[in-house]
Amino acid sequence: MEWIVETNELSKTYNGIKAVDQLNLRIKEGEIFGFLGPNGAGKTTAILMILGLTEPTSGKVEVYGYDATREPLKVKRVSGYLPENVGFYEDLTAKENLRYITRLNGIPDKEALLKIEEVLKEVGLSEAADTEVGKFSKGMKQRLGMGAVVVKNPKIAILDEPTAGIDPEGVEQILKLIVKMSREQNITMLISSHLLYQVQRICDRVGIITKGRMIAQGSIDEIGKEIMKKGETLLEVQVSKVTPALLNSIKEIEGVKDIEKSDNRFLVKCDRDLREKISRTIVESGSFPLQMRTQDYTLEEIYIKYFREG
Amino acid sequence: MSRLRVVFWKELADYFGSLRFLILFIIICITGSSITYIASQTIGQGLTKMSVEFIFLKLFTSSAGALPSFTFFISFFGPLIGIILGFDAINSEHSRGTMSLVLSQPIFRDSLINGKFLAGLTTVAIMLMGIILVISGLGLYTLGIIPNLAEILRIGVFFIASIIYIGFWLSLGILFSILFKRTASSSLASITVWIFFTFFIYMVASVIADQLAPVTHTATAEMITKNEYLKNMIMRISPATLFEEIAVAVLNPSVRVFGFILPAQVKGLIPNPLPLSQSIMVVWPQFVGLIALMLICFAISYVIFMRQEIRAT
Repeated sequence: MEWIVETNELSKTYNGIKAVDQLNLRIKEGEIFGFLGPNGAGKTTAILMILGLTEPTSGKVEVYGYDATREPLKVKRVSGYLPENVGFYEDLTAKENLRYITRLNGIPDKEALLKIEEVLKEVGLSEAADTEVGKFSKGMKQRLGMGAVVVKNPKIAILDEPTAGIDPEGVEQILKLIVKMSREQNITMLISSHLLYQVQRICDRVGIITKGRMIAQGSIDEIGKEIMKKGETLLEVQVSKVTPALLNSIKEIEGVKDIEKSDNRFLVKCDRDLREKISRTIVESGSFPLQMRTQDYTLEEIYIKYFREG
Repeated sequence: MSRLRVVFWKELADYFGSLRFLILFIIICITGSSITYIASQTIGQGLTKMSVEFIFLKLFTSSAGALPSFTFFISFFGPLIGIILGFDAINSEHSRGTMSLVLSQPIFRDSLINGKFLAGLTTVAIMLMGIILVISGLGLYTLGIIPNLAEILRIGVFFIASIIYIGFWLSLGILFSILFKRTASSSLASITVWIFFTFFIYMVASVIADQLAPVTHTATAEMITKNEYLKNMIMRISPATLFEEIAVAVLNPSVRVFGFILPAQVKGLIPNPLPLSQSIMVVWPQFVGLIALMLICFAISYVIFMRQEIRAT
């Protein structure tokens, strides 16, 4: 089995509004998958369906071969979930909170106590183990949440906005933890986030979702290529003097698809890098190229572009 | 079901560790001692031959001036105890953000609500048992009376009835905690229902009864009986009325009818105490009604909770 999480045409409608629309999500064993999209794109709803906490309107979810709608308990047994804005029982200590979770998972107390010690150490909360969670900072709670995910020995961890609302240092800690857990314990990670630049660098693959639809999925390079699949390169050219004749002659260069003028700049769309030819044309027309640069699509730009469209 | 047990013990520990339980504990102490005080003051005055036989029960039913009896205390404050334990059972989990954490563990969803309800009932049972033992113990000490088996059984039945009665309010609190997102709304809603059933039901019953069977100067005995009967039946919608009637019948072995009694009904009646089984027969409909109210209320909460969707917020 190549994919351990697989959704097929997964849809969810709330009061006639499609929160998730025919989502096809695929996750490989052991990878860190970034599930990216703006707020309200349907990330959390999709996650709830993957966990079997919400029933899909149509479509299917399989996690490790278990149907999430029919066998939610089996799915929950293999997956750890960190909800957005995770909360704990505030008058219980960190240890007691984790203990409750291991008990709910039916892990024998003896084994659980060792595991809890280990997990608390891993998330850097050993010293706060016997402190009531009510006194924890947001960052500490989030780390305890990470602990709550791994304490049950999951095969896959689903983290919903693990870095939202945390200071930069806290974010760094969380991201390191995610990578560590993924590498050392071989836990597959599904991380949803609206903060692309934070999450992007630790992800093996990403999926971008807007308005409930998955618009791109794959490694960041793949997505970049997919976006540029028409082989388009965008050149921004600034010249000393723009004349209609110049524009015309550029348009006649083989490979140039379109040209758009604004002041003494223009944008050239072409199917390959034609900087050399274009600059020669400019010089031949009696003008000088002042500046010329290709506009690459970084993931950020792709992301912004999609979000604007969405 | 082992997961149910996990939730149950955790919730029970929560109740016991919480500030609320401290308040309940103080209430136990105050009522226990004040009720024994009343009893030791009033018992002995005006004892008839019949009441001597069941003098221990007097500890729970006697009142003096401003100080209420134990049964009144339960019927009046019992609801508050149930509501205090139940009003934020579910919505506090939502607002704390623990709901999705718990439900993403491999447990059946109903384990959560069942565990909470059972833990609440157990807390109520322990608290009531505490008060009853305190009263009995102090009663034994101050009065030197030893309860007989019939009295102990009657107290046992009363104990069960009290748990069911408070259990109804507990499940009502849980129901509102499912229906309302904010704990403030759910507590207000529960208290509104409590106020209605405790204070307003009497007025409502009177108004309806007077409309349907007006009592005037010229009214016949039949009309007056009908009016009383109607009023009683309407008041029995209220669990408080049901509970009071059960308490009266169970703790006063001589009670055999409620409400308006015509002389014809008492004619030839031998004022002997009833055996426990007969006392229970007298209030059996009330008993069943109370159990049904609790179960229906819990069943509604159960169904709504199971169908409630977890949503992204």
